[in-house]
Amino acid sequence: MIELQGLTKRYGEKLAVDGLTCTVRPGIVTGFLGPNGAGKSTTMRMMLDLDRPTHGTVLIDGQHYRQLKDPLRTVGALLDAKAMHGGRSAYNHLLCLAQSNGIPRARVREVLDTVGLTAVAKKRSKGFSLGMGQRLGIAGALLGDPQILMFDEPVNGLDPEGIHWIRNLMKNLAAQGRTVFVSSHLMSEMALTADHLIVIGQGRLLADTSMADFIRQNSRSYVRLRSPEIERLLDVLAGAGITAVTTEDGHLEVDGTESAQLGELAARHKLVLHELSPQQASLEEAFMQLTAESVEYHAHSAPPGGDPRPVAGADAPPDAPPDGGAAPPGGGWGADWRKKKGS
Amino acid sequence: MAVVGQVLQSEWTKIKSVRSTVWTLGLALVVTVALGALISAFTRSNFKEMPLSERVNFDPTFTSFAGMGLGQLAMIVFGVLVVSNEYSTGMIRTSLAAVPQRATFLFSKITVATFTAFVIAMVTSFVSFFVGQAMLGSHRTSIGDAHVLRAVIGGGLYMTLIAVFSMGVAAMLRSPMLSLGILMPFFFIISSILGAVKATKKVAQYLPDQAGHKVMQVVTVGDDAPYGPWGGFAIMVLWVVVALAGGYAVLKRHDA
Ligand SMILES: Nc1ncnc2c1ncn2[C@@H]1O[C@H](COP(=O)(O)OP(=O)(O)OP(=O)(O)O)[C@@H](O)[C@H]1O
Ligand SMILES: [Mg+2]
Repeated sequence: MIELQGLTKRYGEKLAVDGLTCTVRPGIVTGFLGPNGAGKSTTMRMMLDLDRPTHGTVLIDGQHYRQLKDPLRTVGALLDAKAMHGGRSAYNHLLCLAQSNGIPRARVREVLDTVGLTAVAKKRSKGFSLGMGQRLGIAGALLGDPQILMFDEPVNGLDPEGIHWIRNLMKNLAAQGRTVFVSSHLMSEMALTADHLIVIGQGRLLADTSMADFIRQNSRSYVRLRSPEIERLLDVLAGAGITAVTTEDGHLEVDGTESAQLGELAARHKLVLHELSPQQASLEEAFMQLTAESVEYHAHSAPPGGDPRPVAGADAPPDAPPDGGAAPPGGGWGADWRKKKGS
Repeated sequence: MAVVGQVLQSEWTKIKSVRSTVWTLGLALVVTVALGALISAFTRSNFKEMPLSERVNFDPTFTSFAGMGLGQLAMIVFGVLVVSNEYSTGMIRTSLAAVPQRATFLFSKITVATFTAFVIAMVTSFVSFFVGQAMLGSHRTSIGDAHVLRAVIGGGLYMTLIAVFSMGVAAMLRSPMLSLGILMPFFFIISSILGAVKATKKVAQYLPDQAGHKVMQVVTVGDDAPYGPWGGFAIMVLWVVVALAGGYAVLKRHDA
């Protein structure tokens, strides 16, 4: 269990993390989500006492990180994959970490085997591919058989097979009752892995919710209607007991009614429709909307703060594993979700 | 709390498992011995042409250490790399996550590196002495003569402290390039220029290397330094302590 209390980090003028209070619980994978520069890595560095908080505290099972005896036996972390001396062999890299925390030498072989690096154990890590470096970093995190694991963007730069491997590893670790805290800036990735979500933007907490709740709240599919006779259409819908929301650009959005039913209703009343389209938005869009105001580094061509255009059936990433993992049901997106979030 | 014994063992593994350590220390030994032997041989063949004052004040022990001026640069590289490698590779974050007590981490690392440097430095000093004396032929001295053993041990201590001083500076600056860019020219050129110029000589004799040289000398005629061999050595130790304290202060304060 990790508890953050009012965690704040200021770099000069820049407030990188702003009063973050939340709890990361054992037995589940907690996704730590935020756009680039949101403060995810900074928060994780403060959890490991690498960066000193400006205010606030982090407690690991009730203790400060630096009070832990042999911290690698309590917390294992993968920060960036290249946080190692390239001239040292994989085996020796892990050995010096193991020795510093009184972890038996035999454990080094074990974790090398777990991550599949036994064959290159004696090779210097300088020559490793991105994926191999990532695996070695993960071996370092697993070394002390810790109850708490932290991974900062572990799937960055990995091929689909590597992504699949890490995803299953994290789920297995959580299933063993461990605390698994993993950062990402991809909602689609988190939807497949995480049971709980902590979303931050510009250092501030935006959401702290279970994945199931997030999907439920953001999966309201709806039908979009456009008609030259908008007033009469509204009356007809009202008469049939169907609530419709008028959007800024003059569309109607209808919840919980099939498009077929709406089409038949319009036909019965001889209403001209210019559009009748079922809409579903991806969770990615819900996430983008949630963090829109806090995104620092916009791409100039497509500001994510603009009108989100729902795209049907875009909720699963193209690299979804064959087993589907914890893939969400067809996610939809509700116009009023932002109010529900109270953000 | 990290257990110091474990951290020492871990730092020893770190030192052993990278090539730069082996080759910098090896280079320090080879360069110092070879250059000392060369200069000693050269001195013997040119002894008669040397001015009288130099012949009277001739210090065979210090002459056999003539390679240390260059060899110490390899010791500097060793001291700098051992510490700043952590920063330049990003290993520092992994290391401090494993050992969050920064004093334990830094001083364990420095203890192990110092011990390693000490062993090599002592071997270098003794080998330089014996090889140098052999080259000097009839102008040689013997380890049993007055102050000679002290000077040879002093040579090993001097080389060790140069490495430790570099570790402290590297811990302060955190960058290998910056540390080497300051230390190498300083010890190789600037210090000797300051020591040769009349106006700066009085101050320069308190610089770490010039103060430290005193303990390696047997003949000190015409030397007006206001300290003896161990006095000079103490001044050098003081520099080292300040550098280490500075290095620790930076590590303690700084985000990793
Ligand atoms: N050492 C530092 N000095 C100054 N500013 C920093 C430092 N580290 C981070 N920042 C700033 O703090 C903010 C948060 O950075 P951080 O790396 O924590 O974000 P992140 O959520 O991990 O982003 P990404 O998804 O790109 O990895 C950024 O604006 C960054 O520029
Ligand atoms: Mg980051």
